Amino acid sequence: MLELIGIRDWIHNSLTELISEDCSWVVSLIEYVLIGVAFLAVYAVLALILIYVERKVCAFFQCRLGPNRVGPWGLMQSIADMFKILLKEIIRINNTDQFLFKVAPFIVLVGSFCTFGALHFAKGIHGVDFNVGIFYILAISSLGVVGILLAGWASNNKYTLIGAMRCGAQLVSYELSAGLSLLTMVMLAGSMQLSEIINVQEKSWLLFQAPIPALIAFVIYLIAGHAETNRGPFDLPEAESELTAGYHTEYSGIQFGFFYLAEYLNMFIIAAIAATVFLGGWQPLQINAEWAEDFNNVMNYIPTWLWFFGKTFALVFLSLWVRWTFPRLRIDQLLKLEWKILMPISLFNMLLMAVWIIWIK
Amino acid sequence: MSSGEIFIVVFLTAIVMVSGALIIAWLLAPRSTNAQKGEPYECGIPTRGTSWMQFKVGYYLFAILFLMFDVETVLLFPWAVIMKSLGGAGLLCVLFFLLILVLGLAYAWKKGALEWK
Repeated sequence: MLELIGIRDWIHNSLTELISEDCSWVVSLIEYVLIGVAFLAVYAVLALILIYVERKVCAFFQCRLGPNRVGPWGLMQSIADMFKILLKEIIRINNTDQFLFKVAPFIVLVGSFCTFGALHFAKGIHGVDFNVGIFYILAISSLGVVGILLAGWASNNKYTLIGAMRCGAQLVSYELSAGLSLLTMVMLAGSMQLSEIINVQEKSWLLFQAPIPALIAFVIYLIAGHAETNRGPFDLPEAESELTAGYHTEYSGIQFGFFYLAEYLNMFIIAAIAATVFLGGWQPLQINAEWAEDFNNVMNYIPTWLWFFGKTFALVFLSLWVRWTFPRLRIDQLLKLEWKILMPISLFNMLLMAVWIIWIK
Repeated sequence: MSSGEIFIVVFLTAIVMVSGALIIAWLLAPRSTNAQKGEPYECGIPTRGTSWMQFKVGYYLFAILFLMFDVETVLLFPWAVIMKSLGGAGLLCVLFFLLILVLGLAYAWKKGALEWK
């Protein structure tokens, strides 16, 4: 079995054996550095994969070939792009608020990275696991909107200002339905801690535990999450044809790269949270019946990290599909969709879930 | 290892990542300046005025409504965790709480605060 928990324990055991007991702080220090490096590596590799996948999938949707020159099937394209963006000049704009201009990418990336640190990648492989996990995710992921508003304001450019204002309105609005649909699932799981939520789904995923309200919450979360990543039909903040590039028009070189990176990783993070809360995270698919024992054993044999990444990338693909299928909304349609449709539905759905849990289940 | 410690590690890693990439770019990237380069990227002709002016924040009402509903979500989370043990009585209390909020939303809707003008 290719479980990552074995590697984790092996590292921990060999470190404690290697270093004498009086300096256990050295062990902790090494482990902290390893955790940091591991997160950094996974974050960067995922960004490269996501950008490649996005370009390739987009190309196939539009009957093109996509990147196919650098390496076999263009696989090296995003690595080449990464080096290129590091080599690009960072242009210094006149009359900007220099401090805020430089701080904004930090805030956006820190928000994205700290949310990333709360994900559960496989059995026993996770970073932050607070008992208020869902709260933590909602709180820290909304740091991004502060960074975006700062970026738009500090650039001293009309396009960025309009883009940032739109983005602020969109992100705060859609955060409500995303939060409410997660709240609905917290009611079903009975805990806010992510590891606890995953444990509850050992026999069957939360989506199947209360099919109707959970399915509504799932769909609402996918729509709201998609809007929170500023993509697809909801990409008003960076609508190319009217606002050049929205709030990051004035950013160049690696500073632009940070916004780009955070956007792609946010797509992954939203998909990962949906996979964790609704589809059981790294828990394999199980059928709770007598005749399905062999099926369950086969499913259990598949490593847990493969389950997690499989579910997440399936949802990422869904997100890409939506992006390249629907035309962009207008700002009034966008706000109407949230406040007049999604918001009442998710409030009602929450009550439906409460009734379901108390009287039906 | 507690979650708090790991959070600090993750936070510092993010800072190190951004600063590291900036330093690498600063070492590798070319630098040149001229008067046109620093102009805001707007329309080609010299920009008129600053962007730091009075701006009609049409999104202001949405921000206020957001505040109201976000606080509501925060208040509902503790109930959601223990709702199974509270049962029907707890649900009734929350229903009352929600009723007041939904009335607020209905009022804003009726007044046209949700229209984009």
